[in-house]
Amino acid sequence: MKQFRTTHWLASAGAVIVLSLGAVPVALATAGASSSTPPMQNMKPQASVGAGEGALNLIAWEGYAQPTWVKPFTKATGCKVNAKYGGSSSEMVSLMANGGGHQYDLVSASGDADLRLIYGGNVKPINMNLIPAAKQFRPFLRAPSFNTINGKHYGVSYEFGPNVLLYSTKTFSSAPTSWSVLYSKANKGKITVPNNPIQIADAALYLAKAKPSLGITDPYELTTTQFNAAVALLKSQHPLIKKYWDLASQEISLFTNGSVVAGAAWPYQTNTLQGAKVKVADTIPSEGATGWADSWLLATNAPHPNCAYKWMQWVSTPKVQAQEALYFGETPANTQACAIMDTLQPGGCAAYHANAPESYFATIKFWKTPLAACGNGQNNCVDFTKWQQAWTQITG
Amino acid sequence: MRLSTFTRLSLAIFAGLVILFLIVPLIVIVFFAFDASNVQTFPIHQWTLNWFSIAWRDPAVRSAFLLSVKAGLFATLIALVLGVMVAFGIHRFKFFGREAVSLLLVLPLALPGIVTGLALHSAFNLIGLPFSLYTIVIGHATFCIVVVFNNVVARLRRTSNSLHEASSDLGATPLQTIRLITLPTLSTAIIAGALLAFALSFDEVIVTTFTAGAQNTLPLWIFGAIRLGQQLPEINAVVVGVVALTIVPIAYAARIASGDRVKN
Amino acid sequence: MASPANSLTQRTGAVLWRRPWLRGALTLSPPLLWFLIIYLASLAVMLVTAFFSTDALTGNISHQWTWSNFSQIVHQSVYASIVLRTLTMAVVVTITDIIIALPFSFFLAKVVTWRWRQFLLALLLLPLWASYLAKVYAWINILSDKGVLPGIESRLGLPTTHLAYTNVAMWIVFSYLWLPFMIVPVYSAFERVPDSLMEASSDLGAGSWRTFRWVLIPMVLPGIVAGSIFTFSLTLGDFITPLLIGGSSSNFIGNAIYDSALNGGNLPFAAALAFISIIIMGGYLLMARWAGAFEAL
Repeated sequence: MKQFRTTHWLASAGAVIVLSLGAVPVALATAGASSSTPPMQNMKPQASVGAGEGALNLIAWEGYAQPTWVKPFTKATGCKVNAKYGGSSSEMVSLMANGGGHQYDLVSASGDADLRLIYGGNVKPINMNLIPAAKQFRPFLRAPSFNTINGKHYGVSYEFGPNVLLYSTKTFSSAPTSWSVLYSKANKGKITVPNNPIQIADAALYLAKAKPSLGITDPYELTTTQFNAAVALLKSQHPLIKKYWDLASQEISLFTNGSVVAGAAWPYQTNTLQGAKVKVADTIPSEGATGWADSWLLATNAPHPNCAYKWMQWVSTPKVQAQEALYFGETPANTQACAIMDTLQPGGCAAYHANAPESYFATIKFWKTPLAACGNGQNNCVDFTKWQQAWTQITG
Repeated sequence: MRLSTFTRLSLAIFAGLVILFLIVPLIVIVFFAFDASNVQTFPIHQWTLNWFSIAWRDPAVRSAFLLSVKAGLFATLIALVLGVMVAFGIHRFKFFGREAVSLLLVLPLALPGIVTGLALHSAFNLIGLPFSLYTIVIGHATFCIVVVFNNVVARLRRTSNSLHEASSDLGATPLQTIRLITLPTLSTAIIAGALLAFALSFDEVIVTTFTAGAQNTLPLWIFGAIRLGQQLPEINAVVVGVVALTIVPIAYAARIASGDRVKN
Repeated sequence: MASPANSLTQRTGAVLWRRPWLRGALTLSPPLLWFLIIYLASLAVMLVTAFFSTDALTGNISHQWTWSNFSQIVHQSVYASIVLRTLTMAVVVTITDIIIALPFSFFLAKVVTWRWRQFLLALLLLPLWASYLAKVYAWINILSDKGVLPGIESRLGLPTTHLAYTNVAMWIVFSYLWLPFMIVPVYSAFERVPDSLMEASSDLGAGSWRTFRWVLIPMVLPGIVAGSIFTFSLTLGDFITPLLIGGSSSNFIGNAIYDSALNGGNLPFAAALAFISIIIMGGYLLMARWAGAFEAL
């Protein structure tokens, strides 16, 4: 290879341009249109569960495919489980949307991802008659609006819980009563929050109480003024942040090392840390908490539908629901799980609210997708694209 | 150029520090494989051999390892065939745009991995090709070709053409010449290129993130395990096992490389 | 006596022997087709995608031409600071690796005995065989507040450092990860410098520093540039090290691409960001070509 001549560079650049022009018509030809009813609404779900296909591909939250209940499942059904972890609802949506729809069978999405998957045509209706344990679910989780459209079930409810305030008991002798510790200069450089746009809702939830004049009623339905106030709060929080965590394990490591003293967390982190004898505890401050309600949704092009149904049956049973609840630190949908939780871990049922009345759940603001259309019929709310852009501005 | 003892000594100390810098993280990996706690702090309080047996019995580790080996072998095979061909073509024939072709080959290494990954991701998406072992192999082969090419073309430049001419003067057919003269002189370059290509593929994570389907390669499994944070020492155990496995081919590659040098 | 099959191959061989252009075309077309159909076409698809947009709700791509991705990148100051941060890190890491690699490679190629050279080379290449992710993770174990480094520091009675999750930590880890990619080309360049040249320089009265600066450095410059292409491009394309090691202001171009494509489901925006890395790297390659580095790559 001697010296290159500029003309040859131009030649290869030219090749790229020619090829890109060639690709345009192909790309345009595949353009599709979206509509207001879910694309798969009229698809008929299967009537029975046949023999397993030998494999099952899941997109799951961390801790949702643990050997404790995966191994017996594989043993009983012959379905070998492959799990891919998604760290956020958005990640799950894009894993399903971008060609993953032909790969994965089930996704354990939260309420804020469900509608995006349903209206994106990535998931299809489920025959709930094939999931007998669903009859034991809490009434509000049998056909919740985030996974059921006009009587068509797109998801089998699984577990739900609050996003908690995790704190070091070395620093805080008693539980903080307000989320304000995450915005306080006193904890500069000692705070961690999730690297996730939905965190704007947590700021809005705090502002709803701290600045009543803003008139925030729903942290996911924010007018431009309310939204800007939440973003400004998070921007002022940036200098206090040690790390925006992407992986649950990062928050665990930050607390283990004593690098942070307070943070927004899942109960999963609390359980892991306490299991390793790190001095931490969690609490739901007086402003309340955001939270999640997860469902298993069936991919439209699921390659292993029978194994998928077998999995949905399996994880709906009281035992698996109890194991998952204790492992992650959340509340099972199946009411029969309470007794098993107590046998697995004395006091486990009450600790994770599995016996709490329906009113408890009203205190959790479950994740949902921010849309331009507010609940009050007006169309002046800030939509999810803006949330994402604002989040890049906040963390960038 | 004569160096003072002082200069030699400082250079030696500096080189020692560099080697230390390169090796210490590897030692850390090995040590934490024996850490009983999955929340890792220093010094290690309790030692165990348990993680090795956990890793050995973990079906997820096994299938990820297998997938990585398969992807590495297929990608290396493609890279070998195409890399050797293009090395020959470029070495033997003069044609317009020869330099452009060499540049093109280098692009997958010279452009950031995430660009290659995203480009393949977009293209597979567009034509509706499902992500699988094959999409991983396509991605890996693309940047492995240049590795084989570089090794082979460097050797071709060093070997003289007279052997080939002698061979054909003595009546050998071109195919015989390739079989009896060309390939033997190239064999060590090809083996070295193949080993490097396999190593690159086996450890690749950026492009793979964008081209893998539901099945995990070993690096993707490691990334998932890091994110889960439950059994961190298992990762160390797996890596220690893999490095122990790869020491054999490295030693072999080093031997043929040094053998070459002696011959030259 | 040649069998019929044998004579067929002989005849084919003879035909090919007489028409070098045909042989050339046959050997070159499979690899070139691979690159055209798979690599260049993919790049082209990505560039076209950069002019599309996505439906925010479903993440589906809408195939309408728009400049909005690019105008967003240009008009939102956050992307300028992300690009600047990435470039700064790439430059600093490259310079660090050059500073480490030059004396080390010189020592390796020109000072030590053959046996030591083999040994050091093996040690140098050893990290390349260990998992990239495990190495990054090992650095978390080293740098974090209860990690190896603070542990050793406190044992020695030194003040402890708090490097984990900072840009300094990223600088260390990147310099560590890419160092072998710099050393190998620089070492090969040193190896190619004939000893007689160095002797001539000192015979003519140049001291060892002057020989190093004015004879050796210009001769190994192509190796340095080749190595810097690797360090530069690898830093530009990484998103895992910032994610695992970085602090609260550690978003790189790679992270922005990864977040848009796989986390945010906005493939077109990710493509537009990737376009920017191509332009940066293209500029760098032009400079490298000017320095004549491709021979050493």
